[in-house]
Amino acid sequence: MTLLSIENLSKHFSSGGRDIAALKDVSLTIADGKTLGLAGASGSGKSTLARILMRLIPPDAGTVRFEDEDWLTLSGSELRRRRAKIQMVFQDVLGAFNPRATVASVLGDPLRIHAIVPKAERPKEIVALLDRVGLPASYVARSIREVSGGQRQRIAIARAIATRPSLIVFDEAVSALDVSIRGKILELLVELQEERGIAYLFVSHDLAVLRAVSHRIAVMDAGRLIESGPADQVIENPQSQAARALIAAVPRLVIKPTRDSVHDT
Amino acid sequence: MTVLCRISGLSVVYAGQPAPALDAVDLDILAGERLAIIGESGSGKSTLARAIAGLLPSGARVTGEMEWSAGHPPHPGRELGFVFQDPSSSLNPVLTIGEQVAEGARQHLGLPWAAAYAQAQKILEKVHFPQPEKALRAFPHQLSGGQRQRVAIAAALAAKPSFLIADEATSALDMVVQAEIVALLGDLVKEADMTLLFITHDIALASGFADRIAIFKDGRLVEAGPTLAVLSSPREIYTQTLIASHRDLSTSPLIKEPAS
Repeated sequence: MTLLSIENLSKHFSSGGRDIAALKDVSLTIADGKTLGLAGASGSGKSTLARILMRLIPPDAGTVRFEDEDWLTLSGSELRRRRAKIQMVFQDVLGAFNPRATVASVLGDPLRIHAIVPKAERPKEIVALLDRVGLPASYVARSIREVSGGQRQRIAIARAIATRPSLIVFDEAVSALDVSIRGKILELLVELQEERGIAYLFVSHDLAVLRAVSHRIAVMDAGRLIESGPADQVIENPQSQAARALIAAVPRLVIKPTRDSVHDT
Repeated sequence: MTVLCRISGLSVVYAGQPAPALDAVDLDILAGERLAIIGESGSGKSTLARAIAGLLPSGARVTGEMEWSAGHPPHPGRELGFVFQDPSSSLNPVLTIGEQVAEGARQHLGLPWAAAYAQAQKILEKVHFPQPEKALRAFPHQLSGGQRQRVAIAAALAAKPSFLIADEATSALDMVVQAEIVALLGDLVKEADMTLLFITHDIALASGFADRIAIFKDGRLVEAGPTLAVLSSPREIYTQTLIASHRDLSTSPLIKEPAS
């Protein structure tokens, strides 16, 4: 049942003579096919955690077990092969794609690199991926810069599912989208999870987004994981100051006259 | 309330663009009000802010009228303050915080540097900047995003303008800092009796503190009115859609099972 388990992960950065502990002794688990929402303010360490998980940076200490393997000691061709199983979707999708890429190359590269389908079947698979994220087949020839922000995020999701991963890390993946598009993308992600049993690590400072998609929520503050539990419990009965601050910060739509509206002081 | 600016038939077309970014907009800005301009990407909300502030690029073609009660547009920096979305690009990276906040007071109020610095420190206190006397000597890169935005607000307020425009001033910040900055802006305008034009994509954020809201889509004004009236009985389908797409902690989750 446990897909990923992180134990006692620590990481510090030093810059300009200052020493910053980005992660302090963080432990958490993610179950098969479930979503862990990772909440926290800027600088709380959420992105550092995501980067270590992606093997983009090494930790100072701690272990990560993924699909019953020691994820941090994998190297070389073994690591390259296994990378297909953890994919990532970034906030700034345009920055995450080669600016000269076309939709076909963005989706074709992972299929080729990880030999997901035989070469002859690649065009068909690309169209199937586009269709799955709600985009027409005619998009294959477009440049990645010619599509709207919401469509680009759909393409990033198609790229992430292309390698048939068991875990996808979303780092503020919907924060830059307009609200109407954001809702549709979240619905798509929930559908994909139910259909394919992919687990998600959903990193965001927006608890309203995490509440929509998460089974469990973990709250980080200043590099420490200070609270975690089933999503409804963390939202309804937060135990830490950081969780309470995140909850209070979610803007409420004030439709009726009220004396205690959040921002009215 | 008196009208500060009467906008009628305002259209803006950027050079080389076939479609207008702003299309025949009629809107009054009332003196002393907190007016929220709400819209998604491409709605024209930032173009409106820039047109009002006189910050449109030189190639833009502007038609229609903006009638100011003062008889002339507000003097940028002196009578009008502007807070941008991204404080890391609106602050000068090689000037200290003190220089940038004091400059407005020196330039527009004619204060000598020493007095302008003293005033800058006072304004930094007012925007709840931690240790303002130390901050005067700091550079923007040494500050967090939320602190930089406090500095940008302090700089916009340095010459004591009566009109403040905040263009997505909180959307680059995390939620906790956003809530603090919004509360701060609300307090500051109330205290100084300023007019605030608050541009945002977040209808809920505006609902918490704006007196009136104006909803924009594709360069057009969809509807405008007192905040509660528009939100409780929206006339236009687009406004209803925006309200329905809002998601907060009381919205039911999209996942089927509540917990694992």
